[in-house]
Amino acid sequence: MGLDFISSILFATIVAGTPLIIVALGELVTEKSGVLNLGAEGTMSVGAVAAFAVAHHTGSPALGILAGMGAGMFMSLLFGLSALTLMANQVASGLALSIFGVGLSAFIGKSYESVALASVDPIRIPWLHRIPVLGPSLFAQQGLVYFSWILIAAVAWFLYRSRAGLVLRAVGESPVSAHAIGHGVVRIRYQAVLFGGAMAGIGGAFLSVFYTPMWAEGMVAGRGWIALSLVVFATWRPGRVMIGAYLFGGCMITQMFVQGSGARIAIPAQFLSSIPYVATIVVLVLISRNRGTIRLNSPASLGQPFLPDA
Amino acid sequence: MNHRKLALATLGGAALLASTPLMGAPPAAAPIKIGYVYVSPVGDAGWTFQHDQGRKQMEAALQGAVTTKFIENVPEGADAERIIRQLAQDGNQIIFTTSFGYMNQTAKVAAAFPNAIFLHATGYKQGKNLGTYNARFYEGRYLNGVIAGKMTKTNIAGYVGAFPIPEVMQGINAFTRGMKSVNPKAEVRVIWVNSWFDPGKEREAAMTLISQGADMITHHTDSTAAVQAAEEKHKEKGTWAFSYHSDMAKYGPTAQLTGTTHIWGDFYTKVVKEVLDKKWKGTHVWGGFKDGMIKLAPLSPAIPADLKKTILRMEADITAGRLHPFAGPVVDQDGKERVPKGQNMTDADMGAMNYYVQGVASTLPKS
Repeated sequence: MGLDFISSILFATIVAGTPLIIVALGELVTEKSGVLNLGAEGTMSVGAVAAFAVAHHTGSPALGILAGMGAGMFMSLLFGLSALTLMANQVASGLALSIFGVGLSAFIGKSYESVALASVDPIRIPWLHRIPVLGPSLFAQQGLVYFSWILIAAVAWFLYRSRAGLVLRAVGESPVSAHAIGHGVVRIRYQAVLFGGAMAGIGGAFLSVFYTPMWAEGMVAGRGWIALSLVVFATWRPGRVMIGAYLFGGCMITQMFVQGSGARIAIPAQFLSSIPYVATIVVLVLISRNRGTIRLNSPASLGQPFLPDA
Repeated sequence: MNHRKLALATLGGAALLASTPLMGAPPAAAPIKIGYVYVSPVGDAGWTFQHDQGRKQMEAALQGAVTTKFIENVPEGADAERIIRQLAQDGNQIIFTTSFGYMNQTAKVAAAFPNAIFLHATGYKQGKNLGTYNARFYEGRYLNGVIAGKMTKTNIAGYVGAFPIPEVMQGINAFTRGMKSVNPKAEVRVIWVNSWFDPGKEREAAMTLISQGADMITHHTDSTAAVQAAEEKHKEKGTWAFSYHSDMAKYGPTAQLTGTTHIWGDFYTKVVKEVLDKKWKGTHVWGGFKDGMIKLAPLSPAIPADLKKTILRMEADITAGRLHPFAGPVVDQDGKERVPKGQNMTDADMGAMNYYVQGVASTLPKS
């Protein structure tokens, strides 16, 4: 029972953390280019409904993921038009996108509410998934879980080891200098925004096609906002995004296990449910005490529009 | 503050004038307008969906005599008052407000429009033109519990709850008493997700309960996620599910054994007819099997024939008043006797239920 228990908690924690990792990494790249896109919640919603619709009609979860990605990119393109080309306020554009996306997804999804998808079997990695305790949690998961791990490494490599990543960070730190030495600031920011949208769309697809194979209005239930706060929580470091996402997922799952264990612990459920949020704030406060860490990693031009010929 | 009071006073004055029988009764041929206020989108299953089914059934039954409209996704609070007032101003003569959180707003608007009739679901404030209604969902829960008690292999049932309010407590306790009545070893474990609607969390809660040994899953939340989770684990772990609000067989074709389904249509038809015939009196209606306000979802073929027969007999007993899910002795989790032997729990006591009965393994969060 003991090991089984740990294994189940671990498994559920990883599943709960996966969409957060994917969406937060997309947003991290966007923010590293100096753009603050608060539209994750809406983008995820539209990605979720698009993925669900395509997976339902074609019967292919993989095409569903692609559709979610495409829908996410479309949504971020709208944001790009408003915030990068027309130079509207990024915070306002992002918030508007969130509200619009949640509504649009409800509108598109109306006719899919009565549909249930078959749940997708996990991908078991030969041999490794037989390891006791860790095996089922780490090596018998949905494909997107493995994708999220690859994504962490890829984003970390891209940002800190590749030339293109260096340019992207330069654009985020000082767009004027980057522009002066011949980099297309707006073009690079567009690419970063599109990447963020694609990841948010995939995160939404994970929710509607794999996590709870159904579509219901409001099913993203605030996960887009949590992903946004994770980026700050992680002080813009990809590895810490993973820690934060699992911490968050772990708190949520553990409190459920405590409740469901029948253990006679009289802690209000409301308190247990708030633990993940409290944990986020506590870590945020601890990190922010050292102002250096924040200033070192936060892109200097975050949220500021860039006018090429100014 | 002040001008709201003034507005109210003016409206009250207007209401006084209007309530004197100046206005001739409209010609009988003109259909009366009926408005519904829903707290969430209609969707495909759940609390609001069942109300909308009821609205449609009533409109079909009273064809020509009524026209209905609904406004969905109305947040509880100040916004609701604006919407309810708008419906009243538009000449809706009967207005159904279908969420507990509309209570004060409905009462306020009802006082301002004495010629319209307001019916508020799950509340407790009544007036001359303000009635309340609710259903005895716990009767269905009890029978669900009996099936769970007979069919469980692990003797553990898992219950996904939204918030520990009396209505949810009644469901958990009735389910537990039903289960215990046929299986003394049974226990019920509860996970609160603190949300009426969060499919992700509901699913995690159900999965958690299943991984901790529950092979019977039910829920008092608004999505179909718990039933779907049971369906997914059915093959591997033999998990069964009981739906709530709506029949969710579509989402749990193998795993759903039955469920407690809300049926509002008969009530809506009856109450609107009473209003049309000028026989309606403001009151509280709390109906169960007897009044057709709840039904068991279709019994799955997986339920053995003799158990099926027992369930139908028990349903008849509840309908006839021979069986009460909270017939004494009712003992709570701490061993305190809440209802002595030979008595049934009163409606008032049920309406204030804030404890687990014996057989619930979880501890109630103290508020």
